[in-house]
Amino acid sequence: MIELRDIAVQQGAFALAGVTFRVAAGAHAVVMGPTGCGKTTLLEVIAGLRRPTRGRVLLDGDDVTDRDPAARHVGYVPQEAAVFRTMTVRANLAFGLTVRGRPSGPTVAALAERLKLTHLLDRRAVGLSGGEAQRVALGRALAFGPRVLLLDEPFNAADAATRADLIALLTDERARRPLTILHVTHDRSDGTAADAVLTNLFPP
Amino acid sequence: MRVRGFHWALGLIGGGYVVLVAAMLLADLSATSPGHLLAAFRTPEIRAALALSLASSAASTVLSLAVGVPLGYLLARARFPGRGLVELLVDVPLVLPPLVVGVSLLLVMRGPFGRAVHEVIPLVYEPAGVVLAQFAVCGAFATRTLRTTFTHLSPRTEQVARTLGCTPWQAFKLVALPEASRGVLAAATLTWARAFGEFGPVLVFAGVTRNKTEVLPTTIYLELSVGDLETAMAVSLLMVAVSFAVLLALRRLAPETPA
Repeated sequence: MIELRDIAVQQGAFALAGVTFRVAAGAHAVVMGPTGCGKTTLLEVIAGLRRPTRGRVLLDGDDVTDRDPAARHVGYVPQEAAVFRTMTVRANLAFGLTVRGRPSGPTVAALAERLKLTHLLDRRAVGLSGGEAQRVALGRALAFGPRVLLLDEPFNAADAATRADLIALLTDERARRPLTILHVTHDRSDGTAADAVLTNLFPP
Repeated sequence: MRVRGFHWALGLIGGGYVVLVAAMLLADLSATSPGHLLAAFRTPEIRAALALSLASSAASTVLSLAVGVPLGYLLARARFPGRGLVELLVDVPLVLPPLVVGVSLLLVMRGPFGRAVHEVIPLVYEPAGVVLAQFAVCGAFATRTLRTTFTHLSPRTEQVARTLGCTPWQAFKLVALPEASRGVLAAATLTWARAFGEFGPVLVFAGVTRNKTEVLPTTIYLELSVGDLETAMAVSLLMVAVSFAVLLALRRLAPETPA
């Protein structure tokens, strides 16, 4: 479950005021809004990358507002993918596990298979296409078994077929284990992927 | 073939500079002889100066990177009070005349802090002083290069690493630093080249004692001051040859083709 209570962020001329919502445990919710309205900022607040000036963030009932990003167990897929280009695709996927000293082999192999990345595993993560980079970023965020997955415009670089594949993968992932997904987009058709659509979170 | 014409025009404008550098080297060559070059290389004092030049510039490069990486990163990423002032201060060695850097170092060593340091590591007119004199200038070059490097790297990958379980230190070591490796190498190259050729602060702070604090730039100064242009130019060419070797080796570490 993701719960935001009266979250406010103020940075220079940009402000986010009084955002409150709740996404049920195991749901896939989509947040709609035009470009520049603060969708990315909202995800950063939930991931712990930005401190809100006011309000609380709760994940599965725990108040994580003051908790370090490393301790929140949140998978984050930024819009620009931000793959680790000095590492191989395999090391990218395994990162969340290796940094915790956990074995990664089988998890990474299975994820790569489902994300159609197996043939790229030993390649350095530079020069990937937009869609490949996006899939690497998604796999990297899922591999360590987060309780919450945050997606920032994840289907931007995907064609219709890839999109359907990725949505199927997310649905499958939610069926296997407890995972709540929050997905922000400006694309109305992304709403079809979700079982909840949140609009008007950002009053002008 | 419009591009070719465009490139020719750029080549004509930029080529003037290349010609100037080549002309200087040729002039140096014509002012000396192979005999002088060989003699210079055989002179024990000049060999000692070459050895100290190589050792001191390597040491000051390491020191410069050791401060340049954290400082460059902080200036690029962190917002803290006095950041603007720190930014100005680290640029000071770039604008100060090199001689003034040397004099300033001497004045620092005269103070209570300097005297305390002197008890532990003697610096003034000592080989270690050569390293400090080079470092005082080169730290600024390294910091500036590395600040630019980190400014151009998106903090996003580090943020993702944090969500994946990294401490800030781990995210820096595993993600940001490897991404900055080219910049670190560029900083190392620039810093080393500058340290190797550093003259003013070394002369003032470490002096020129044969077999002790003499480095190649000060050798050239000594030879010129006694009117031996041939030997001075021979040593200059020796410096050019050594620099070429080191810079080429550094370049091999980072091919310029996009990774």
